[in-house]
Amino acid sequence: MLYREAGLYKKTYEADMAVFPIRQDLIGVILIVAAAFVLPAFMSNFMIGTVLIPFLVFSLAAIGLNLLTGYTGLLSLGTGAFMGVGAYACYKLTTAFPGVNLIVWIIVSGFFSAAIGVLFGLPSLRIKGFYLAVATLAAQFFLEWCFVRIPWLYNYSVSGAIDVPNRTLFGIPIAGASATPLTRYYVILVILIAMTWIASNIVHGRIGRMWMAIRDMDIAAELMGIRPLQTKLLAFAVSSFYCGVAGAVMMFLWYGGGEAKDAFSINLSFNILFMVIIGGLGSIVGAFFGAALLHLVPIFLKFGLPAFGFPLAGATAEHLTHLLTGLLIIFFLIVEPHGLARLWATAKQKLRMWPFPY
Amino acid sequence: MLYNIFIDPFVQMVQMPDLLVQTLWEGTVAGVLYALIALGFVLIFKASGVFNFAQGIMVVFAGLTLVGLHEAGVPALLALILTVGVMYVLAFGIERLVLRPLVNQPDIILFMATFGITFLLIGLGEFIFGGNPKKMITDELFLPKGAINIEMLGGRVTIQKLDIAAAVIAGLMVAALAVFFQSTRIGRALRAVADSHKAALSVGISLNQIWVIVWFTAGLVALVTGIMWGARSDVSFGLQIIALKALPVLILGGFTSVPGAIVGGLIIGIGEKIGEFYWGPLVGGGIESWLAFLIALVFLLFRPQGLFGDKIIERI
Repeated sequence: MLYREAGLYKKTYEADMAVFPIRQDLIGVILIVAAAFVLPAFMSNFMIGTVLIPFLVFSLAAIGLNLLTGYTGLLSLGTGAFMGVGAYACYKLTTAFPGVNLIVWIIVSGFFSAAIGVLFGLPSLRIKGFYLAVATLAAQFFLEWCFVRIPWLYNYSVSGAIDVPNRTLFGIPIAGASATPLTRYYVILVILIAMTWIASNIVHGRIGRMWMAIRDMDIAAELMGIRPLQTKLLAFAVSSFYCGVAGAVMMFLWYGGGEAKDAFSINLSFNILFMVIIGGLGSIVGAFFGAALLHLVPIFLKFGLPAFGFPLAGATAEHLTHLLTGLLIIFFLIVEPHGLARLWATAKQKLRMWPFPY
Repeated sequence: MLYNIFIDPFVQMVQMPDLLVQTLWEGTVAGVLYALIALGFVLIFKASGVFNFAQGIMVVFAGLTLVGLHEAGVPALLALILTVGVMYVLAFGIERLVLRPLVNQPDIILFMATFGITFLLIGLGEFIFGGNPKKMITDELFLPKGAINIEMLGGRVTIQKLDIAAAVIAGLMVAALAVFFQSTRIGRALRAVADSHKAALSVGISLNQIWVIVWFTAGLVALVTGIMWGARSDVSFGLQIIALKALPVLILGGFTSVPGAIVGGLIIGIGEKIGEFYWGPLVGGGIESWLAFLIALVFLLFRPQGLFGDKIIERI
């Protein structure tokens, strides 16, 4: 009813190719962004800290990996380690130059991560598919080892953990013990929105088309004049940049240091990859769906079920969480193997045609 | 520095050959276990093209089921038989509920589905048997205990009897699998499916049936691995991560080659232990966790199809 293109006349090619072809899409996105800014102000710290902040961080990382896996078709299992590179780079930079604003260092640390990503992306020129995934596992385990064994990275602290210093933005503390969850949430939200916007522009432009051409058929792409070497490495660089920023944000604005050692483990890599797959490969909105599903479902099962009158002991709840998450993954894959983003697109298409089935 | 890297380790090897033999043996045993896990991967990948992430958890699940049944009062051998039955039910269920609805989907989707299976099995295993590590029932399964000390090369080499048993059993199982593949009707069908799904279908081989058999075989391999690995340490969910070690083995050996899995397993196992023992101290130890992957990565650059893998692999 509301969602249809009647009355929308596209007079230019640009209008036809727009990211939001229907005006309601644009309005919807603006509403969601506005809600993301306004609603958390009325939420509890617990809600912001456990639900919203991790969701934003995972979304950012999932967008990054989606650029690589979804758009360029290169499977990577090193996401966790690339995020770690960002976190440790940011830590070294902000402790070495405390005068410069943390936000600057968060963005700069993305470039360190990008450099490492390009280095470990080199094998992608010879191999792809699961072979490449295993090759990127080398990055994962090697970097993870570095984070533990090279004391210089965590400034020789005895515990081996990153100790997040207090940092402010315009006089308001955004990192460290004195920062409130709400300010941290807003900082992450702004970074996420900016980077989502950039990612959307990249994938809708020339670079994105190059990536998709490589993904769909690399030989044909090469014949059309797209250089596989540069394109694949660019994908690795941009993707690792996103992951690095996500890692820095995760360490400084979410974890606040502490258990840094285990934070960037192989499990994180897998989690992000599965968010991308279940959300929808090659879809930016899918990254959000995937992050929401894989992050929120366990939380819901843990805290939501007792609220609905299924009291569960701590251990049992965790076991049940695993069980149900597994079931949900299989269920969603069978319902729509192309991810939640495809389900969303189908639903929108149906709405457009409503009340007619075709 | 250069001396420490290039000369000193070899001097050590020559000066203390008993330590070298000991390290080699440890490497071989670890290699056999890696090879067993890799074998499970290869079996499934060959027959269905599925990269089975759940192989690691299948190892844990099989071990847990065996121990759990025994703890519930079932005699050891009966528990073993029952566990085999459970693995069959698991294979059947996976084929019917996961693989069949997802037939003809891209590889990565099936990979994702096996991740779902992993979560499911973790949850199920924890739910039924609890999350704590369990002790493998070695005595009841007539596995030997203790160690043999061999005086040789001016020193003493200690070999656990259990490790010998593991190597022998693994060898027997691989031989049995080879015979099964080469000379039975089902084995021929399996090889046909591995070559081409469509051609196999057209000569009347039921893909669904073959998949159940393959997953069941992989389940049996997982059970044996679970017993062996569980006997060396405990049966715990941590084993699942160790199973990732089988991945560089796959790269070395190729995703589709059974002998490759075994040779690759041995190379990785021995290379890892030697590297850790002689070169590890130079960089602070713990290099075991990534050395295998690095070996595999370098190897990939020169021979992407693996030692024995099919030549046809996707590249550039």
